[in-house]
Amino acid sequence: MTLRIAVCVKYVPDATGDRRFADDTTTDREGVDGLLSELDEYGVEQALRIAEASGDAEVTVLTVGPDDAKDALRKALSMGADKAVHVNDDDIHGSDVIATSAIVAKALEQVGFDLVVCGMASTDGTMGVLPALLAERLGVPQATLLSEVGVEGTTVKGRRDGDAASEQVEAQLPAVVSVTDQSGEARYPSFKGIMAAKKKPVQSLDLDDLGIDADAVGLAGAWTKVETVTARPPRSKGTIVTDEGEGGKQLAAFLAEQKFI
Amino acid sequence: MTEILVLVDHADGQVRKPALELLTLARRLGTPAAVVLGAGDNAAAIAAKAAEYGAATVHTADAPEFTAQLVVPKVDALTQIAQATEAGAVLVTSSGEGKEIAARVALRLGSGLITDAVDLEAGASGPVATQSVFAASFQVKSTVTHGAPVITVKPNAVAPEPAPAAGTVQAVEVAFTGNAATVTARTPRVSSGRPELTEAAIVVSGGRGVGAAEGFGVVEDLADALGAAVGASRAAVDAGWYPHTNQVGQTGKQVSPQLYIAAGISGAIQHRAGMQTSKTIVAVNKDPEAPIFELVDYGIVGDLFTVLPQLTAQAKG
Repeated sequence: MTLRIAVCVKYVPDATGDRRFADDTTTDREGVDGLLSELDEYGVEQALRIAEASGDAEVTVLTVGPDDAKDALRKALSMGADKAVHVNDDDIHGSDVIATSAIVAKALEQVGFDLVVCGMASTDGTMGVLPALLAERLGVPQATLLSEVGVEGTTVKGRRDGDAASEQVEAQLPAVVSVTDQSGEARYPSFKGIMAAKKKPVQSLDLDDLGIDADAVGLAGAWTKVETVTARPPRSKGTIVTDEGEGGKQLAAFLAEQKFI
Repeated sequence: MTEILVLVDHADGQVRKPALELLTLARRLGTPAAVVLGAGDNAAAIAAKAAEYGAATVHTADAPEFTAQLVVPKVDALTQIAQATEAGAVLVTSSGEGKEIAARVALRLGSGLITDAVDLEAGASGPVATQSVFAASFQVKSTVTHGAPVITVKPNAVAPEPAPAAGTVQAVEVAFTGNAATVTARTPRVSSGRPELTEAAIVVSGGRGVGAAEGFGVVEDLADALGAAVGASRAAVDAGWYPHTNQVGQTGKQVSPQLYIAAGISGAIQHRAGMQTSKTIVAVNKDPEAPIFELVDYGIVGDLFTVLPQLTAQAKG
């Protein structure tokens, strides 16, 4: 039986760019170049490693996003994923995470999966809750925030490093996992991989295809509302001195003045 | 008054400080009610602590499931308590697990979800949450428009203030829904004896400039002289010089202490996202062009291996 692995990825504004909000208080996706969320590269990497270890697996990469989000799919395909699914519909614009999870879950059901792999969080919204919401909606176990992951037969196993303890966890497939940036460096696409990706299939789906009512998603369907967005004022320029032998003492004097020592 | 449910995070029989902060914030919104899950013999002591910080009621539940299975048992308990008490809002600490619990509870309750709030206030139509986004370059104020708000709050959002309340304990029977991953082994993290990174008033962090694992000695010495937690940049963690649990940045811990000291850290966006909201920022770096100097209140261009020990000696005074 072929192991069906689905990787959920997000196309995000480059975190090193000048990220801003659009007039409707959604993330501005025009002003800054987008790319495959760095943290999702770890998800793609682990999916590929699990597929390679299994010997009989198919990796499908899935995204929800505007036209340009295809770039994120292409990157994942050039890393080695077999095919891609792009959910794209103007009515999705402004969806909150609850609605997004409904869309992704429907798409996953349509694609079919034994294992869903996600990154630990997006680099724009940074909520880190989509994998848990997918598990809830799909009615399967979540084994999330894993720093190590592997599949043995029909069991997924991994290590979850929490604040208080490091836990070994396991779940029966089908299941949802998310992997951290400690799970292993993501591979760079090879030239061959980039060329091969151009021929790999990308299926497009819209809300009708998924049987989702447009009113249930988007800005109007969101269960949260952004009231105001305010740019943080730049920090006022501080004092900078060059150490000429007394730097530590000067710093101590500053900290004493501020009552820290 | 509406009950505001607070999921009380605890470890080793102790209430963690962020839970006391949540109880303090909950008082702004209504009557705090604590939820204490899987605390075993420590439940009574934890309930008493919650009462000291304003919990009128403490809902407790204990079962092996809370430690044997991941996330879902706590979701079952919190959802069922929220439904039974018709809670006005649910507050959870913004940790990896806390956010996952909150998200699934929100979905089950049909509630909007806000994560990583750094402040909460009562508004005309429910709680208004403040978030710090895009590497702390924007402040966002949001509300929940559907259902009882479920909000996760970052540590250090407020100073915990005692406000003794009845703390009436109500034991709850939870119907577990299953479909969870199982925990087959647990290795408790060995405590460094230093304050928790996300809870500390002072954080001293080392980066690439520290040069080696042994180099963190000067960082730790300064931290101990100041009673501070130790942090590390992603570069230092990736190099294997310091544990990932101490990583400050977008993919590590986000800290907001009174004082942040960055030693040998250039200040890449990934790091800034984790410390930019610190009240006072100090940096020591050899490179006068390092972007970290754009953020500092006080910066020393110099060698951390001479500046830090000198500062440590002064601090020990």
